[in-house]
Amino acid sequence: MKKPDFVYVTYIATTPEKIWQALVDPALMRQYWLGAKAESPPHENISDWKPGSRWEHRRVDTGAVDMVGKVVEHTPPHRLTFTWARPNEFDDESKHSRVNFEIEPQGSGLVRLTVTHDGLEADPKMLAGISGGWPQVLSHLKTFLETGRALPRG
Amino acid sequence: MVARSADIDKVFKALADPGRRSLLDLLHGKNGRTLSELCAHMNMTRQSVTQHLQQLEDANLVAVVWHGREKLHYLNPVPLHEIYSRWIGKFEHSRLDALHNLKQRLEGNDDEKA
Repeated sequence: MKKPDFVYVTYIATTPEKIWQALVDPALMRQYWLGAKAESPPHENISDWKPGSRWEHRRVDTGAVDMVGKVVEHTPPHRLTFTWARPNEFDDESKHSRVNFEIEPQGSGLVRLTVTHDGLEADPKMLAGISGGWPQVLSHLKTFLETGRALPRG
Repeated sequence: MVARSADIDKVFKALADPGRRSLLDLLHGKNGRTLSELCAHMNMTRQSVTQHLQQLEDANLVAVVWHGREKLHYLNPVPLHEIYSRWIGKFEHSRLDALHNLKQRLEGNDDEKA
Protein backbone atom coordinates (compact mmCIF):
# COMPACT_ATOMS: atom_id res chain seq x y z
CA MET A 1 0.00 0.00 0.00
CA LYS A 2 1.25 3.45 -0.80
CA LYS A 3 1.97 5.96 1.89
CA PRO A 4 -1.22 7.99 2.45
CA ASP A 5 -1.28 11.57 1.20
CA PHE A 6 -3.69 12.67 3.90
CA VAL A 7 -4.71 11.35 7.25
CA TYR A 8 -7.60 12.99 9.07
CA VAL A 9 -8.77 11.91 12.48
CA THR A 10 -11.78 12.96 14.47
CA TYR A 11 -13.22 11.64 17.70
CA ILE A 12 -17.01 11.56 17.82
CA ALA A 13 -19.29 10.91 20.80
CA THR A 14 -21.54 8.38 19.06
CA THR A 15 -21.61 4.70 18.06
CA PRO A 16 -19.78 2.96 15.21
CA GLU A 17 -23.16 2.03 13.72
CA LYS A 18 -24.30 5.67 13.62
CA ILE A 19 -21.11 6.77 11.90
CA TRP A 20 -21.50 3.95 9.41
CA GLN A 21 -25.07 5.00 8.64
CA ALA A 22 -23.95 8.58 8.11
CA LEU A 23 -21.33 7.39 5.62
CA VAL A 24 -23.65 5.28 3.45
CA ASP A 25 -27.10 6.86 3.74
CA PRO A 26 -27.71 9.80 1.34
CA ALA A 27 -30.52 11.20 3.50
CA LEU A 28 -28.06 11.69 6.36
CA MET A 29 -25.14 12.67 4.17
CA ARG A 30 -26.85 15.64 2.57
CA GLN A 31 -27.21 17.15 6.05
CA TYR A 32 -23.49 17.29 6.76
CA TRP A 33 -21.58 16.90 3.48
CA LEU A 34 -21.55 20.59 2.75
CA GLY A 35 -19.53 23.70 3.37
CA ALA A 36 -20.52 27.04 4.82
CA LYS A 37 -19.83 28.74 1.50
CA ALA A 38 -22.21 28.72 -1.45
CA GLU A 39 -19.60 26.95 -3.59
CA SER A 40 -19.86 23.91 -1.35
CA PRO A 41 -23.53 22.92 -1.56
CA PRO A 42 -24.81 19.68 -0.04
CA HIS A 43 -23.59 16.46 -1.66
CA GLU A 44 -24.50 12.83 -1.24
CA ASN A 45 -22.76 9.55 -2.09
CA ILE A 46 -24.92 7.13 -4.05
CA SER A 47 -24.01 3.47 -4.30
CA ASP A 48 -25.26 0.00 -3.40
CA TRP A 49 -21.87 -0.28 -1.64
CA LYS A 50 -21.12 -3.76 -2.96
CA PRO A 51 -17.37 -4.22 -3.63
CA GLY A 52 -16.81 -3.49 -7.32
CA SER A 53 -19.91 -1.31 -7.61
CA ARG A 54 -19.81 2.25 -8.80
CA TRP A 55 -20.37 5.13 -6.43
CA GLU A 56 -21.22 8.70 -7.30
CA HIS A 57 -20.74 11.95 -5.40
CA ARG A 58 -23.73 14.02 -6.43
CA ARG A 59 -24.93 17.54 -5.76
CA VAL A 60 -28.26 17.30 -4.00
CA ASP A 61 -29.90 20.27 -5.73
CA THR A 62 -28.95 19.58 -9.35
CA GLY A 63 -28.09 15.88 -9.32
CA ALA A 64 -24.80 16.75 -11.04
CA VAL A 65 -22.18 14.06 -10.49
CA ASP A 66 -18.99 15.72 -9.28
CA MET A 67 -16.92 12.65 -8.47
CA VAL A 68 -17.15 8.92 -9.17
CA GLY A 69 -15.37 5.75 -8.15
CA LYS A 70 -15.59 2.08 -7.29
CA VAL A 71 -16.31 0.46 -3.95
CA VAL A 72 -13.28 -1.52 -2.77
CA GLU A 73 -14.25 -2.68 0.68
CA HIS A 74 -17.48 -2.61 2.67
CA THR A 75 -17.14 -4.01 6.20
CA PRO A 76 -19.78 -2.44 8.44
CA PRO A 77 -19.33 -0.79 10.85
CA HIS A 78 -15.51 -0.85 10.65
CA ARG A 79 -14.09 -0.04 7.24
CA LEU A 80 -15.34 1.52 4.04
CA THR A 81 -12.99 1.96 1.09
CA PHE A 82 -13.69 3.35 -2.34
CA THR A 83 -11.79 4.93 -5.19
CA TRP A 84 -12.20 8.56 -6.19
CA ALA A 85 -11.95 10.05 -9.69
CA ARG A 86 -13.38 12.72 -11.95
CA PRO A 87 -16.36 11.42 -13.95
CA ASN A 88 -14.49 11.61 -17.27
CA GLU A 89 -11.59 9.65 -15.81
CA PHE A 90 -13.64 6.75 -14.41
CA ASP A 91 -12.45 4.32 -17.06
CA ASP A 92 -8.78 5.02 -16.38
CA GLU A 93 -8.00 3.25 -13.11
CA SER A 94 -4.60 4.90 -12.90
CA LYS A 95 -6.40 8.21 -12.35
CA HIS A 96 -8.32 6.92 -9.34
CA SER A 97 -7.19 7.82 -5.84
CA ARG A 98 -8.40 5.93 -2.82
CA VAL A 99 -10.37 6.91 0.27
CA ASN A 100 -10.49 4.75 3.37
CA PHE A 101 -12.75 5.26 6.41
CA GLU A 102 -11.71 3.43 9.55
CA ILE A 103 -14.16 3.37 12.50
CA GLU A 104 -12.68 2.37 15.87
CA PRO A 105 -14.46 2.49 19.25
CA GLN A 106 -12.32 4.12 21.93
CA GLY A 107 -14.39 3.44 25.03
CA SER A 108 -16.15 6.14 27.10
CA GLY A 109 -18.69 6.60 24.32
CA LEU A 110 -16.12 7.89 21.85
CA VAL A 111 -15.38 6.55 18.39
CA ARG A 112 -12.34 7.44 16.33
CA LEU A 113 -12.95 8.03 12.64
CA THR A 114 -9.80 8.02 10.51
CA VAL A 115 -9.99 9.02 6.88
CA THR A 116 -6.97 8.38 4.69
CA HIS A 117 -6.70 9.40 1.09
CA ASP A 118 -3.89 8.15 -1.10
CA GLY A 119 -2.92 8.03 -4.75
CA LEU A 120 -3.07 11.79 -5.15
CA GLU A 121 0.58 12.52 -5.92
CA ALA A 122 0.02 12.78 -9.67
CA ASP A 123 -2.88 15.19 -9.33
CA PRO A 124 -1.97 18.40 -7.49
CA LYS A 125 -5.28 20.09 -8.29
CA MET A 126 -7.27 17.27 -6.76
CA LEU A 127 -4.87 17.27 -3.83
CA ALA A 128 -5.51 20.96 -3.21
CA GLY A 129 -9.28 20.57 -3.54
CA ILE A 130 -9.36 17.67 -1.14
CA SER A 131 -7.26 19.29 1.54
CA GLY A 132 -9.93 21.95 1.95
CA GLY A 133 -12.86 19.60 1.72
CA TRP A 134 -12.18 16.73 4.10
CA PRO A 135 -11.48 18.63 7.33
CA GLN A 136 -14.68 20.58 6.81
CA VAL A 137 -16.82 17.54 6.01
CA LEU A 138 -15.47 15.60 9.01
CA SER A 139 -15.96 18.51 11.33
CA HIS A 140 -19.56 18.84 10.12
CA LEU A 141 -20.11 15.08 10.45
CA LYS A 142 -18.95 15.25 14.06
CA THR A 143 -21.21 18.19 14.84
CA PHE A 144 -24.13 16.53 13.06
CA LEU A 145 -23.79 13.23 14.97
CA GLU A 146 -23.27 14.97 18.31
CA THR A 147 -25.93 17.67 18.03
CA GLY A 148 -28.27 16.69 15.19
CA ARG A 149 -27.26 19.69 13.10
CA ALA A 150 -24.12 20.23 11.02
CA LEU A 151 -23.87 23.98 10.95
CA PRO A 152 -24.44 26.29 13.91
CA ARG A 153 -27.41 28.59 13.62
CA GLY A 154 -26.92 32.30 12.89
CA MET B 1 -21.01 22.72 22.76
CA VAL B 2 -19.53 20.14 20.45
CA ALA B 3 -15.84 19.81 21.26
CA ARG B 4 -15.24 19.13 24.93
CA SER B 5 -13.60 21.96 26.81
CA ALA B 6 -10.67 19.77 27.83
CA ASP B 7 -10.05 18.83 24.20
CA ILE B 8 -9.98 22.47 23.12
CA ASP B 9 -7.56 23.23 25.98
CA LYS B 10 -5.25 20.52 24.66
CA VAL B 11 -5.23 22.03 21.20
CA PHE B 12 -4.40 25.55 22.42
CA LYS B 13 -1.76 24.28 24.81
CA ALA B 14 -0.19 22.23 22.05
CA LEU B 15 -0.13 25.28 19.77
CA ALA B 16 1.32 27.56 22.47
CA ASP B 17 4.89 26.39 21.87
CA PRO B 18 7.05 27.58 18.94
CA GLY B 19 8.83 24.23 18.68
CA ARG B 20 5.54 22.40 18.31
CA ARG B 21 4.34 24.96 15.77
CA SER B 22 7.55 24.36 13.79
CA LEU B 23 6.78 20.66 13.74
CA LEU B 24 3.31 21.40 12.37
CA ASP B 25 4.87 23.70 9.75
CA LEU B 26 7.25 20.91 8.73
CA LEU B 27 4.37 18.48 8.31
CA HIS B 28 2.33 21.08 6.45
CA GLY B 29 5.26 21.47 4.07
CA LYS B 30 5.66 17.74 3.63
CA ASN B 31 3.20 15.35 5.24
CA GLY B 32 3.81 11.78 6.35
CA ARG B 33 7.27 12.16 7.94
CA THR B 34 9.23 9.87 10.24
CA LEU B 35 10.64 10.98 13.59
CA SER B 36 14.16 10.96 12.13
CA GLU B 37 13.14 13.18 9.23
CA LEU B 38 11.55 15.67 11.61
CA CYS B 39 14.56 15.64 13.97
CA ALA B 40 16.85 16.46 11.05
CA HIS B 41 14.99 19.77 10.61
CA MET B 42 14.70 20.69 14.27
CA ASN B 43 17.31 22.19 16.53
CA MET B 44 16.51 20.08 19.58
CA THR B 45 17.20 16.63 20.99
CA ARG B 46 15.41 13.59 19.62
CA GLN B 47 13.80 13.15 23.02
CA SER B 48 12.40 16.69 22.95
CA VAL B 49 10.97 16.15 19.48
CA THR B 50 9.40 12.89 20.69
CA GLN B 51 7.78 14.65 23.64
CA HIS B 52 6.47 17.48 21.48
CA LEU B 53 5.03 15.02 18.96
CA GLN B 54 3.34 13.13 21.76
CA GLN B 55 1.66 16.29 22.97
CA LEU B 56 0.56 17.12 19.43
CA GLU B 57 -0.81 13.61 19.08
CA ASP B 58 -2.71 13.88 22.39
CA ALA B 59 -4.31 17.06 21.03
CA ASN B 60 -5.17 15.19 17.83
CA LEU B 61 -3.18 17.70 15.77
CA VAL B 62 -0.87 14.94 14.60
CA ALA B 63 -2.02 11.49 13.48
CA VAL B 64 0.31 8.53 13.28
CA VAL B 65 0.16 5.85 10.59
CA TRP B 66 2.28 2.74 10.35
CA HIS B 67 3.57 2.17 6.84
CA GLY B 68 5.43 -1.14 6.91
CA ARG B 69 8.00 -0.70 9.67
CA GLU B 70 7.95 3.06 9.52
CA LYS B 71 5.90 5.27 11.81
CA LEU B 72 4.70 8.26 9.80
CA HIS B 73 3.41 11.50 11.30
CA TYR B 74 0.64 13.44 9.60
CA LEU B 75 -0.76 16.89 10.26
CA ASN B 76 -4.41 16.50 11.21
CA PRO B 77 -6.20 19.79 10.55
CA VAL B 78 -9.62 18.67 11.77
CA PRO B 79 -9.36 20.13 15.33
CA LEU B 80 -8.16 23.41 13.84
CA HIS B 81 -11.14 23.40 11.55
CA GLU B 82 -13.47 22.84 14.49
CA ILE B 83 -12.02 25.88 16.24
CA TYR B 84 -12.27 27.88 13.03
CA SER B 85 -15.95 26.95 12.59
CA ARG B 86 -16.73 27.83 16.16
CA TRP B 87 -15.34 31.37 16.17
CA ILE B 88 -15.01 32.39 12.55
CA GLY B 89 -17.41 30.22 10.58
CA LYS B 90 -20.43 32.48 10.92
CA PHE B 91 -18.66 35.60 9.67
CA GLU B 92 -18.63 36.43 6.00
CA HIS B 93 -15.92 34.34 4.39
CA SER B 94 -15.56 36.53 1.34
CA ARG B 95 -14.88 39.68 3.38
CA LEU B 96 -12.32 37.87 5.50
CA ASP B 97 -10.64 36.45 2.41
CA ALA B 98 -10.46 39.92 0.87
CA LEU B 99 -8.93 41.33 4.06
CA HIS B 100 -6.42 38.51 4.21
CA ASN B 101 -5.48 39.00 0.56
CA LEU B 102 -5.03 42.72 1.13
CA LYS B 103 -2.75 42.05 4.10
CA GLN B 104 -0.72 39.60 2.03
CA ARG B 105 -0.37 42.11 -0.78
CA LEU B 106 0.64 44.96 1.52
CA GLU B 107 3.21 42.75 3.22
CA GLY B 108 4.66 41.85 -0.16
CA ASN B 109 3.42 38.27 -0.08
CA ASP B 110 1.18 38.44 -3.10
CA ASP B 111 3.00 35.55 -4.75
CA GLU B 112 1.68 33.26 -2.00
CA LYS B 113 -1.16 31.06 -3.18
CA ALA B 114 -4.26 30.92 -1.00
